[in-house]
Amino acid sequence: MAARKMTTKPNVSADELLQHYKDMLLIRRFEEKAGQLYGMGLIGGFCHLYIGQEAVVVGLEAAAEEGDKRITSYRDHGHMLACGMDPNGVMAELTGRIDGYSKGKGGSMHMFSKEKHFYGGHGIVAAQVPLGAGLAFADKYQDNGRVTFTYFGDGAANQGQVYETFNMAAIWDLPCIFVIENNQYAMGTSQDRSTSTPDLHTRGEAFGIPGEIVDGMDVMAVKEAGERAVKHCRSGKGPYILEIKTYRYRGHSMSDPAKYRTREEVQKMRDERDPIEQVRDVLLTGKHASEDDLKAIDKEIKKVVNASAEFAKESALPDVSELWTDIYAEAEA
Amino acid sequence: MAIEILMPALSPTMEEGTLAKWLIKKGDTVSSGDIIAEIETDKATMEFEAVDEGVIGSILVPEGSAGVSVNTAIALLLEDGESANDVAVPAPVSAPAPTVAAAPVQHNDVENEPQWRAPQPDWPEGTQMKQQTVREALRDAMSEEMRSDETVFLMGEEVGEYQGAYKISQGMLDEFGSKRIIDTPITEHGFAGIAVGASFGGLKPIVEFMTFNFAMQAIDHIINSAAKTLYMSGGQMGAPMVFRGPNGAAARVGAQHSQDYAAWYAHIPGLKVVIPYTAADAKGLMKSAIRDPNPVIFLENEILYGRTFDVPVLDDFTVPIGKARIAREGSDVTIVSFGIGMSYAMEAAAKLSESGVSAEVIDLRSLRPMDTQTVIESVKKTNRCVTVEEGFPVGAIGNHISAVLMQEAFDYLDAPVINCTGKDVPMPYAANLEKLALTTTDEVIEAVQKVTYS
Ligand SMILES: Cc1ncc(C[n+]2csc(CCOP(=O)(O)OP(=O)(O)O)c2C)c(N)n1
Ligand SMILES: [Mg+2]
Repeated sequence: MAARKMTTKPNVSADELLQHYKDMLLIRRFEEKAGQLYGMGLIGGFCHLYIGQEAVVVGLEAAAEEGDKRITSYRDHGHMLACGMDPNGVMAELTGRIDGYSKGKGGSMHMFSKEKHFYGGHGIVAAQVPLGAGLAFADKYQDNGRVTFTYFGDGAANQGQVYETFNMAAIWDLPCIFVIENNQYAMGTSQDRSTSTPDLHTRGEAFGIPGEIVDGMDVMAVKEAGERAVKHCRSGKGPYILEIKTYRYRGHSMSDPAKYRTREEVQKMRDERDPIEQVRDVLLTGKHASEDDLKAIDKEIKKVVNASAEFAKESALPDVSELWTDIYAEAEA
Repeated sequence: MAIEILMPALSPTMEEGTLAKWLIKKGDTVSSGDIIAEIETDKATMEFEAVDEGVIGSILVPEGSAGVSVNTAIALLLEDGESANDVAVPAPVSAPAPTVAAAPVQHNDVENEPQWRAPQPDWPEGTQMKQQTVREALRDAMSEEMRSDETVFLMGEEVGEYQGAYKISQGMLDEFGSKRIIDTPITEHGFAGIAVGASFGGLKPIVEFMTFNFAMQAIDHIINSAAKTLYMSGGQMGAPMVFRGPNGAAARVGAQHSQDYAAWYAHIPGLKVVIPYTAADAKGLMKSAIRDPNPVIFLENEILYGRTFDVPVLDDFTVPIGKARIAREGSDVTIVSFGIGMSYAMEAAAKLSESGVSAEVIDLRSLRPMDTQTVIESVKKTNRCVTVEEGFPVGAIGNHISAVLMQEAFDYLDAPVINCTGKDVPMPYAANLEKLALTTTDEVIEAVQKVTYS
């Protein structure tokens, strides 16, 4: 435990910290439940859990304003919960039911919410990167002051389209924050086996895009970096890169033989760097909350998550007619 | 109440598995996240983590048990204050799978029944046979060719240290080393281009796409660089190489990960396209594909990887590209299919024979060049034809066969050809919709009844 080194920042209120704690815990418990439902056969296909990475989205959402946009990969459950999407709707999509965000037609990897400005949920590694820049392009075109958070992984950072996008985002000053969630592995490939230079935050240098490296296990550090990035983008200076160092505890997806790293490596991360435990320590040592308070929070969150699982089990399968809907949009009358 | 720990589903296609090892015993305290067992799935040995916390009350399924169905209770977890004696130990019977479970349709390997043996096998009579999965057959084929030709190498994502995302290249890094079994970054357009360049330079690359869905990132190099160079260079240089990987729908992986590219690649002059169903064809065609002086698209199927078939035991067994296989002889109707479509075709033929309809089933195996002669000869005999594939209906392989039959066997047709295909929709995720989106054995039977007016 000694190695946990998060310090209370003087400018952080206890309420704020407590909110981050809740938001991260909701993601963790939700993902544990999703893993459980997968094991029971209620969730199918691929299911990529976000456990360990919670501080990334929670910190960045704290830096976002209403109307800002976000887009990510298939590892998307945490992003959806953090931007305020309903756990019931997310879980029901995971079980492929009509009350899911995509009426059961998208699944774990493909969910969207126009209301929450969440643009997916993409299954093709790095495809969301130009799409995110495109959202930023639309914002700039409409001069609406919004920014887009475009999330992708360390593995995705090797795809060519990322650099094509960097170039255009830079020449057109697009208000796009490229968030590289560097969890150090792309499936079974550790970052040192796939990249010639490990410092992903410097990948924008050739295009003149500033970047910084962030401790992704420290929610406040993420939030502060997010605020710098947002300020840069919103003031019209163009894109910004955040390389956020994080770690996924679970396998890449549910079917991952996990032979590429040791159990000890994962355990060490959990013991020493866990983003939720770090905030918990600060809350307790700073006497911002008691053990009982935190227990009550945990109980409350478990209730929400269990309710989402019940909702997702009870919700009906989509009507067979849904097979043929949403293929083409109707022209407006 | 004790909590039942259930046999988990650990992959999209897993229905049962082997409980290889318990890492806990009765009386142990576990908390969520602890590794409690090792389970062998169809793809790999995986660690199974506890979800709930408590004390292990009893172990219901001993380690080493094979064929344990998903959702069988395998152990009991006691909650606070419970003791092992409080709990009545239920018999370890299989729990029924939830009605909407991800379990893919169970197909019988009907080909293994002797009466269904192909009438014209690709091996001499009396050849010894062995049972192999498609997965093993593919690995053997690549390994045999790599042993005999130094210029053959394999590249792709997770093919080496990870032993293959679908375990096709298992063990190959050990045998051939990292010079020839090459892990790439996630950079399909880039490594496909590098492989095409390497083929210009005198090597014979095998490019594995983790799935063919991701080959869309690389399709420019496959078509513009690999398929057209021989022609553009007036025959001076071409691309002797193989692009391979799983194609088509797996189970519940949604629209971006479930697409059949058979018709896409079959459209392109300069490419050869093969799509085996059996393990023997997977092996024999893979060896031919590697030796072929042209770019060959080799379409595999995740659901078929684990299926077992007879494979001839021969030093050097190959199947020629461009030759169809008559999988079952019949006289009333010709069913033409390929790849996993053959499961539906063979199942339909078996059911139809019970009602007195004799179906001839042709497995195309190669889509380009396509052995249309075998199809035409068959239709001249049966006068009716149904095609079966999982791809979209517009511009389908079946459309092409219909056109060929109209031109070459019009006078022999007693009914319009019917194409059974996947539905004209992106693949939905929901279990019920996914089933409807694919073609089914029943649809094939219905089509046969229509063309035979029965
Ligand atoms: C174009 C493409 N290639 C391959 C895949 C298969 N695949 C899915 S996720 C993944 C690893 C991605 O790793 P990373 O970008 O680091 O993200 P993480 O999973 O760690 O969040 C791969 C190879 C894919 N979905 N799309
Ligand atoms: Mg990663």
